[in-house]
Order: sequence, then C-alpha cells, then structure tokens
Amino acid sequence: MWLNQFLILGALLFCIGVYGVLARRNGVMVLMSIELILNSVNINLVAFGAFNGTPVGQVFALFVIAVAAAEVGVGLAIVLLIYRNRTSIDLDAADLLKG
Amino acid sequence: MVAQNIFFGIIAFVMVVAALRVVTTKNIVHAALYLVIVLAGVAAQFILTGAEFVGVTQILVYIGAVVVLFLFGIMLTRARIGREVEVDNEKRWLAGLVALVLFAVMSFALVDAFEDSRIESVSGGTPQLTSEVSDAIFKDYLIPFEAASFLLLAALIGAIVVARRE
Amino acid sequence: MSDFLRSYLTVGIFLGVAVVLVSALLGLSSLLRPSKPTPQKSIVYESGVDPVGTGWAQSQIRYYIFALLFVVFDVEAVFIFPWATRLEAYGLFGLIEMGIFIFILFLSLVYAWRKGVLRWV
Repeated sequence: MWLNQFLILGALLFCIGVYGVLARRNGVMVLMSIELILNSVNINLVAFGAFNGTPVGQVFALFVIAVAAAEVGVGLAIVLLIYRNRTSIDLDAADLLKG
Repeated sequence: MVAQNIFFGIIAFVMVVAALRVVTTKNIVHAALYLVIVLAGVAAQFILTGAEFVGVTQILVYIGAVVVLFLFGIMLTRARIGREVEVDNEKRWLAGLVALVLFAVMSFALVDAFEDSRIESVSGGTPQLTSEVSDAIFKDYLIPFEAASFLLLAALIGAIVVARRE
Repeated sequence: MSDFLRSYLTVGIFLGVAVVLVSALLGLSSLLRPSKPTPQKSIVYESGVDPVGTGWAQSQIRYYIFALLFVVFDVEAVFIFPWATRLEAYGLFGLIEMGIFIFILFLSLVYAWRKGVLRWV
C-alpha cells in the first residue's frame, strides 16, 4: 500500500472538518467537525508509524485520543454553559467580547 | 496486496461520504450518527495499517464514549426534535473555498514529497504488537503518560465546575 | 493478504452478511406487505393514550457528568491494557508508574464525589 493513500485520505478529512468548523454555527456541530480534524491527524500519525516501522506513531495517536476526549468534555461543557445563559448555541451570536 | 487496496478504497469512500454528511446535514442527531460511521472507518483504516491496538482504542473511546457525550450534549441543548432551521452561517461558500484550496495545497505537497513510498510492514503482514506500543509508552513517553492523567483530571474538574448548576 | 488481515476479513464478511440479511428481509417484507397508511395508524401508540407534545425531552445535566466520568475512566482503561501485556517485564517500576496514574484519576472521582454529582436524586 502506498503511504500517500492514507495521507491524502487524512488531508481530505481534515479539509472537510475545516469546512465544518467554518460553516457551522451550532456549537455541538462545530465540536463534531473538530473530531473529524483530530481523526484525520490520527490517520496520518498511524500511517507514518507503519511507514517507519516504529510504534511511536501509535503512541502519539493514543495521546491524541486521550487529549481529544478531554477536549470534547470541556468543549461541550462550555457549549452547555452558553446554552444555559443565552438559550441558544449559535456561536455567531456569542460575540460579547467584540469591541 | 490488491485486496487491501480494494478494502481501503471502499472504506475511504464510505468515510468521505459520511464526513461530508456530518458537515452538511441539517439534522444534528443524524450528524452524530454519521460521525459514528466516520470513526468506525478510521478504526478500520488503523487495522489495515497493522495498528490493531489503536483501532480497538478508537472503537472503545470514540464510538463507545465520546459519541455518547455528543448525544447527551445534543439532548441538553435542544428542546425540540427535527430540523434545525439555521445550522449553517451565511459564509459557507467562503468556507468551502478555503477547504478546497487547503486540500489542493496539501495534496500537491503530499504527492510531491512521498511520490510512491510504500508501507512495507503491511505487505509483510506483521501487525505492530501491543507490547511494542507498551514499551514505547513506558520507556520513552513516561512523562506524557503521567501528564495525560493530570490533563484528564483537570478536564473533569473543569467540566464539572462549568456544567454544574450552583 | 497476510494472516493478520485475513483474520479481520472474517469480521468484514460477517458485517457484509449482517447488512445483506437485514436489508433483504426488510426489503422483502416491504414488497410483500400491503401499505395503507392512515393518520390514526401513524401515531406513536396506535391504540393507547394520545401523545402530548413532541418526543423530545430536555435531559438533565447530571447525565452529562456521568457520561464524562465514563469517558475519563475509559481512557484510563485504554492505558492499562498495554501495561498489562508487559506486566512482568516492568516489575515494581511499572507498578509504581501505573499506581501514580490511577491515583491521579482516582482524585477526579473523589472530586466528583465530594461535589455531590454522584448522588442519584
């Protein structure tokens, strides 16, 4: 198998995730798009690990999974807080800090 | 060798279609379920590269736990079922353009850099053993391992403080 | 195809058989059965109490924190599995390392307990 087929699949998923982050205004959907981005990175890490024949790629993927779990937990808690204070999870409307 | 590439193609096609549905569907519950397909596809790709342990971890953590978290988040932030009227903002054409340009640049750079490098270990048929992963964690990456536990502690405390109604 | 991937081919074949079987049975039954929908038939409990409101209820934030605790201990389990495969090789050192790891995550359980989020009210 070519290395590039995994890398290009990762790049495609990454770009779909970037589109989702930019185009969505629902906070939960933005977090789902971030999950797509993190998974594309994991594909790259594991593919490079297999390419170089080391388990280090897998170790990094494991740490990314652990960090992603923490990120989703805190991110969704923030979205819930926004929802509770504004009864809406429209991220475009949460612009209190705008000057 | 050929069979692996056929499976790769099928799984990759399903993943890309499901990922596009995640970012375009109007129904947020459907988005979460399409995300499950993408995550399962990623697990299958890990197994195709011989990374068995990470593939199982992907199913255990993402499909088993993170998606449940997403579904709770959806249930907590919406009081009605059905289609969301406005889930996309008005700049989505610009976002699509950004994503397309990014993909063009990245795929050009990848094809330029790794023209036809091959993953040997997969065709050799040797999966990477879980014990090798374990050796790498407990010899070279011991501090990140302990830091990960601390990160999870901090994340849980932060989420409880933020989410709990006083 | 290597032995390793061939063992997963079995899983793929099972998956394919499951999909084909379910879609064949559902497709066959939808071809054979008569279809005469009426508004009375399509309500949720056909011969029960009429439903009120929508089927979407706001769930409580307490369940979110339970799910979050589950995620944290799921990740803990993921790191314990590779350690368990090499338990003898690491000896006391590995035991201490894993003890620190589990202790730090146990603190999160203690925090949740002290804050009273584990109470089932």
